[in-house]
Amino acid sequence: MLQGHVLSLTIWVPIAFGIAVLAIGNDRAPAPARWTALAGSILGFLVCLPLWAGFQPTADMQFTELAPWIARFNVSYHLGVDGISMPLILLNSLMTLLVVIAHWEVVTEKVGQYLAAFLIMSGLINGTFAALDAILFYVFFEAMLIPMFLIIGVWGGPNRVYAAVKFFLYTLLGSLLMLAAFIYLFYQTNGSWEILDFHKVPLGLTAQVLIFLAMFMSFAVKVPMWPVHTWLPDAHVEAPTGGSVILAAITLKIGGYGFLRFNLPIAPDASHVLAGFMITLSLVAIVYIGLVALVQADMKKLIAYSSIAHMGFVTLGFFIFTSDGMLGGIVQMISHGFVSAALFLCVGVLYDRIHSRQIADYGGVANTMPVFAAFFVLFAMANSGLPGTSGFIGEFLVILGTMKVSFWYTFLAATTLITGAAYTLWMVKRVVYGEVAGPKIAALKDVGARELTFLAILAVAVLALGIDPKPLADVANPTIQQLLQHVEQKKTD
Amino acid sequence: MTTATFSYATIAPALPEIVLLALASLLLVADLYLRGDERRATYRLTQAALAVAAAVTFMQMGGPSTVTLHGMYVSDLLGQVLKIATLLTVMATLGMSRTYLRLRGLLTGEFLALALFGTLGMMVMISAHHFLTLYLGLELMALSQYAMVALERDSGRATEAAMKYFVLGALASGLLLYGLSMIYGATGSLELTRVAFALEHGEAHGFLGVFGLVFVVAGIAFKLGAAPFHMWIPDVYQGAATPTTLYIGAAPKLAALGFILRLLANGLQGMTSDWQQMLVVLAVASLLVGNIIAIAQANLKRMLAYSTISHMGFLALGIIAGDDLGYGAALFYAIAYALMTLGSFGMILLLSRAGFEAENIDDFRGLNQRSKWYAFMMLIVMFSLAGIPPTVGFFAKLAVLQAVLDAGYTWLVVLAVLLSVVGAFYYLRIVRLMYMEAPAGEITIDTQPGPRWILSAAGVATLALGILPAPLMNLCARAIAASM
Repeated sequence: MLQGHVLSLTIWVPIAFGIAVLAIGNDRAPAPARWTALAGSILGFLVCLPLWAGFQPTADMQFTELAPWIARFNVSYHLGVDGISMPLILLNSLMTLLVVIAHWEVVTEKVGQYLAAFLIMSGLINGTFAALDAILFYVFFEAMLIPMFLIIGVWGGPNRVYAAVKFFLYTLLGSLLMLAAFIYLFYQTNGSWEILDFHKVPLGLTAQVLIFLAMFMSFAVKVPMWPVHTWLPDAHVEAPTGGSVILAAITLKIGGYGFLRFNLPIAPDASHVLAGFMITLSLVAIVYIGLVALVQADMKKLIAYSSIAHMGFVTLGFFIFTSDGMLGGIVQMISHGFVSAALFLCVGVLYDRIHSRQIADYGGVANTMPVFAAFFVLFAMANSGLPGTSGFIGEFLVILGTMKVSFWYTFLAATTLITGAAYTLWMVKRVVYGEVAGPKIAALKDVGARELTFLAILAVAVLALGIDPKPLADVANPTIQQLLQHVEQKKTD
Repeated sequence: MTTATFSYATIAPALPEIVLLALASLLLVADLYLRGDERRATYRLTQAALAVAAAVTFMQMGGPSTVTLHGMYVSDLLGQVLKIATLLTVMATLGMSRTYLRLRGLLTGEFLALALFGTLGMMVMISAHHFLTLYLGLELMALSQYAMVALERDSGRATEAAMKYFVLGALASGLLLYGLSMIYGATGSLELTRVAFALEHGEAHGFLGVFGLVFVVAGIAFKLGAAPFHMWIPDVYQGAATPTTLYIGAAPKLAALGFILRLLANGLQGMTSDWQQMLVVLAVASLLVGNIIAIAQANLKRMLAYSTISHMGFLALGIIAGDDLGYGAALFYAIAYALMTLGSFGMILLLSRAGFEAENIDDFRGLNQRSKWYAFMMLIVMFSLAGIPPTVGFFAKLAVLQAVLDAGYTWLVVLAVLLSVVGAFYYLRIVRLMYMEAPAGEITIDTQPGPRWILSAAGVATLALGILPAPLMNLCARAIAASM
């Protein structure tokens, strides 16, 4: 009975568990809420596995579900995944599981609400990736803001309220403009909210450019691209570890996903016209933000800026219109999901012990936490694109793809191999190696079983994707080929 | 004029109003003989009267549209939907206010009778098919409301608010009446169908009609609270006792929508392009004033007053679209808005106690630590007011924007969207205070089950209608289709 509803399950299982956790959440006895949340996130991950197992390597939408929702406006509950969205759903469900494991001894205030927010958000994010109806997409896309706003604002650091409001308003502005574009497309398609119908409808170049820009506002804020990235360092620094993980690993990907699902296929001609603009912004992110990351004194801020630079690679890969570039962008999204989540969790491990994110407060951690140090160094290497780790594949493919288009783009993009290595390794050097910085560091205890679990899962993922990216490439390739073909066809009449 | 026989069939369509009038009169008399604790019966009788009127209206649903009483009165699906929504809103209003009123000695026969007569006025407005009926309904509602605001005799603020409300309201009524008389001069009739006929067939004096229309629209804008005729709203909302504010803020918006649809969309359809232009100005001004000034408010009632202004701007947008799609969107918006108003003002009532008004935004500080459930309800209502899915406020805004874009006003959509972001800021502030700050003072929540249940119902309905809006949307569309 449930076989035809795999996607619905990936959405509603976490949400249902989230509501249950909210109901049984008790501040004095958080254990039942914790175990329920763990069960919910494990189940949430398990129901995603049929997506991977049963996925056919074609460009068609799969696991589709269709039911009328608001018949009067032709809005339907239409779900389906292709090679781009399916891996992202898996990534999200895995991250939710890790966040639940990671919170265990760390979050002690309002535990039920904290876990419920993550579970509900996990379902909403899966909905965002699976929605094939524009209004359904929008509802998931926007509803996600509510739990994220609370996560940053309630459990975050000292400046959390400012960061939460900034995050909310930035994202809201973008998404409302996208909504206006959706309504316009609704009339252009003679009353359809189907995203796939939006792909087919012919549009004049001016209309395409306007639609592109409206959606760009929405997704560029999410990615985030320079210069609308300023909410991210604030939000990351102030968010609790779990919030940072989900923000970096998942919500940024929604921006990238949005470009692939909306901007490129709906406005292909505008995409070509504005490709130079997009590439410029991406290169600015890679080069300039990379330099900004170099001078950060706060570890979370450094990783946040590094995220922006890495996402610059994603958008660069998408807008050079080569299959290598696009595949590289997608691999980079998944890889960055693992690596940034791992780095934020590593910082979280340190923060839980020392209560500082300042690089200057650390030194010689390897002496007291050797196992942790090994993981931290591995993830740092992945972040700087060491071959054999997932970080290498994405960056390499994008650089390869860019080379077909322009030497100078490649040259600028490749600087990241230097700056990326510089800021990451320099941070690791100062934190992990050297003399033991003080009595606090000397008293550190190495990671426990719980921390070891999530670090090990991520390490395996980073290495597996780095050594054998073929399964992911096989899943994504048909969709990429179809998308590239589609983008090359003129849509103007 | 034909002399119709006075039979049951002629007055049957007006049965809800007749029943409510009879019961309200009964209540006035009965209240004279009730003392002390027996007064509880007055409250129960009031709720019963409203419930009976709603039941009678409900039984009329599905019947054909009838114009009766010499074209003075119309009974149709639009009227029935609006009336049921109005009656339920008033019932919820009184139910939520009960503790508050009792603690302040305001739960008297006068207050309840005025509330009933005001409701009767709203119902007459909704079912009017004639300029005079429209005006009579409007005045019955307005006079009851003036008196309700003034009823709190010991409060200087309430008295001042009542004075302002009355003087400005009387002025607006004058404007409206003057405008209607001009239109009468231009078309030669007071009955909506004949006015519409005269305008359609070029039998009307064009210039005189437009001249009158300006006054009519100004009068409507005042009653609705659209900028630049909004000055009374913040003062009255803040000055009046919170139950009165809720009474004024929720149900009359439904009646006002009925009034506008009857008058502009039905009667003055022939001048659509004229009133559209006027409403565009009003809508833009309301969105600007409402959203921007609300940011600076520290008093929640005042903030919600400015929020009302911006929402009325949105409502006007739906009417600007000038077609069934737009009217249906406006109807859905009005019902959603009444629901959200019940939620927001209901929270103020719930947190107030003897000698303490939870009307400052800071009074919501740390509510989540005191009560997760009510903080969550308020969260839903605030996000709904901001138009964030999955709440009913989102679909209300979506329907309106869709209709406006269909009518070709792309720039209006973009403006409304941008100002929604501004609006989100101040709704977000409430959520922020509830969840992200520590409580500043003592927070108490009304212990009576009645207000608690009604507020929870309003909050849950706000969420439920955001997840499954289709039935209500279809009903609104059917009501408009049956009546336009």
